[in-house]
Amino acid sequence: MITLVKRPEPSKLAGVFAPVVALLVTFIACAILFAILDRDPWEALRVLFWDPLFDETMASFTRPQLLVKAAPIILIALGLSFGFQAGIWNIGAEGQYIMGAIAATSVGLVCYGTSFPYIFLLMGLAGIAGGVAWAMIPALLRVRFGANEILVSLMLVYVAIQFLAAMVTGPMKSPTAMGFPETRSFRDFPPAFNGELISNTGLHWGVVAALLTAIAAHAIQKHHLFGFQIRVLGLAPKAARLSGIEPTRMVVLCLALSGGLAGLAGFYEASGPTAKLTTDFPSGYGFTAIIVAFLGRLNPIGIVFAGLVLALTIIGGELAQLMLNIPAAAVLVIQGMLLFFLLAADVLVRYRFVLHPVGVG
Amino acid sequence: MDWASLSIVGMLASLVAASTPILLAALGETVVERAGVLNLGVEGMMISGAVIGFIGAVSTGNIVFGFLCGAVGGAALASIFALLSQYFLTNHVATGLALTLFGLGFSAMIGQPYVGKKPPPISDLSLPYLSDIPALGRILFSHDAVVYVSLALTFCVWYFLRRTKTGLILRAVGENHDAAHGLGYRVVRIRVLAILFGGAMAGLGGAYLSLARVPQWTEGMTAGAGWIALAIVVFASWRPERVLLGAYLFGGITILQLNLQAAGMTLNPAYLSMAPYLMTIIVLVLISRQGKQQNSHAPAALGRIFYAPR
Repeated sequence: MITLVKRPEPSKLAGVFAPVVALLVTFIACAILFAILDRDPWEALRVLFWDPLFDETMASFTRPQLLVKAAPIILIALGLSFGFQAGIWNIGAEGQYIMGAIAATSVGLVCYGTSFPYIFLLMGLAGIAGGVAWAMIPALLRVRFGANEILVSLMLVYVAIQFLAAMVTGPMKSPTAMGFPETRSFRDFPPAFNGELISNTGLHWGVVAALLTAIAAHAIQKHHLFGFQIRVLGLAPKAARLSGIEPTRMVVLCLALSGGLAGLAGFYEASGPTAKLTTDFPSGYGFTAIIVAFLGRLNPIGIVFAGLVLALTIIGGELAQLMLNIPAAAVLVIQGMLLFFLLAADVLVRYRFVLHPVGVG
Repeated sequence: MDWASLSIVGMLASLVAASTPILLAALGETVVERAGVLNLGVEGMMISGAVIGFIGAVSTGNIVFGFLCGAVGGAALASIFALLSQYFLTNHVATGLALTLFGLGFSAMIGQPYVGKKPPPISDLSLPYLSDIPALGRILFSHDAVVYVSLALTFCVWYFLRRTKTGLILRAVGENHDAAHGLGYRVVRIRVLAILFGGAMAGLGGAYLSLARVPQWTEGMTAGAGWIALAIVVFASWRPERVLLGAYLFGGITILQLNLQAAGMTLNPAYLSMAPYLMTIIVLVLISRQGKQQNSHAPAALGRIFYAPR
């Protein structure tokens, strides 16, 4: 008989190794899954995780993509990590990301072709404002009416997707796009274009912003009162209230932070890698970021590494779609399994297994 | 816009069919949450049920077998949640999200060869004489068998929760798992069974989407129906009879916006497509406005992890 015994203190060692164990088990589970689906498991694993970085012909295209994909995911996950520590579940970062992109793009389109000097800065601010505004809906509805923020923020993802469709087929549609539902491309308007800073590296301003945000988030979580307050709220809500931490203020702040960073990520994406909005703009980064936040242990440095790993699975998934005709959604299977195994491995952080001889325990 | 093309009877008749998938999933989740478990994986279980049911029906040509496959598929996915949340004591919110992501990906993967295929047709079970009543007959008595099954299940769940001893024990587990454990009830076993039932119901709802409502398989075809089902459980204050009301209300909104689109309303169709989601938010706000009163309806141990030291 195996039973779980609670540890007096969470194990630091298990906390560090759980993500590594989860990754390894995910590799094995992937191999088994592909074998069941009649694919060569070794080939599938190689295409998914090895070729994007090291294949001679592919890597020159796919390696820069690592930073391009990781930057928005890391930015969003950093924002989510604050709320998740406090037990505030913003599941709708995808919607805030889309609304940030729409707000930033609309500013860019209004200034299109003008020589106004601060276009890029204004677009960034608009992106943040768009994300914050969208996140304020669940925040205020929860604070004012007690509506569940998980469901409200998630419903708003679907609303944002429809709003994007309305924008790119309506007021924001490019006059030169013929029948296509898309906006003008910022590639033709350099002041609003977020291009590569060093060619063939994938490094753009969003990557720089993600790294700076990680450092700032680390400082806030470790050394600022706010970081302490959200941990107290998450671990002991009653103690938090007694010590004067206002839960409503925390809900608003955490959702504003995650919404703002998601909006910022949307701005960098819409001004750089995609350079325009289409109905295909929503790419699920807002959902991937939830996994990244957990895989990175809600720790900013961990999130940077976890973001790179998950970006690799996305690129590998695209490659697998191209080379092995595996549907793009296979990436979601891998991501879901990774989170399963991580959560399961996490049991060892708080508990240890004890083996009892049958009939004694 | 062509108002004359809007038929009230036609809309009410299709409302019932549109509501059935959400009704089934929400009924299952009501039982799960009443047992104190918050499974946010409804969307994932629903879409897995949709694809597995579709594959079952297409490969055997038997639609009843298809629905069975859907229910079993949903329960199979739920078993992952049961294993993690009940034995590995994982956080319910995170585990449910992982289940939804996994289900969305898994269904797209195994459903790939079935895109564009047609399932065996589902026949309407027009009740003799009753279905000949003008208007009412078409609205109430000329649907497929699953619609009637879903109504029967609503009654069964209500009866189970309110009138049976097992139902009372299940609710006790959901209100205070430590006390229930102290009385000698098998908290984990009861919760696992509730989770499996919830999965089967979500799977059945998904299968209804792919086999009767649409009927075909497309990636991501649930489009948030599972999340709406979760919202309806809150709307219904965890009571099966109100789940029925909530599901039909949402079905009505969906049908109305589809009909307005078809009737050529000049508004961009994207705005009309927002309606069911906006409606969910508005209803959540209205229901939550009652504040503490509403919270007292929620099972007290909802989403809390049960750990019994030896």
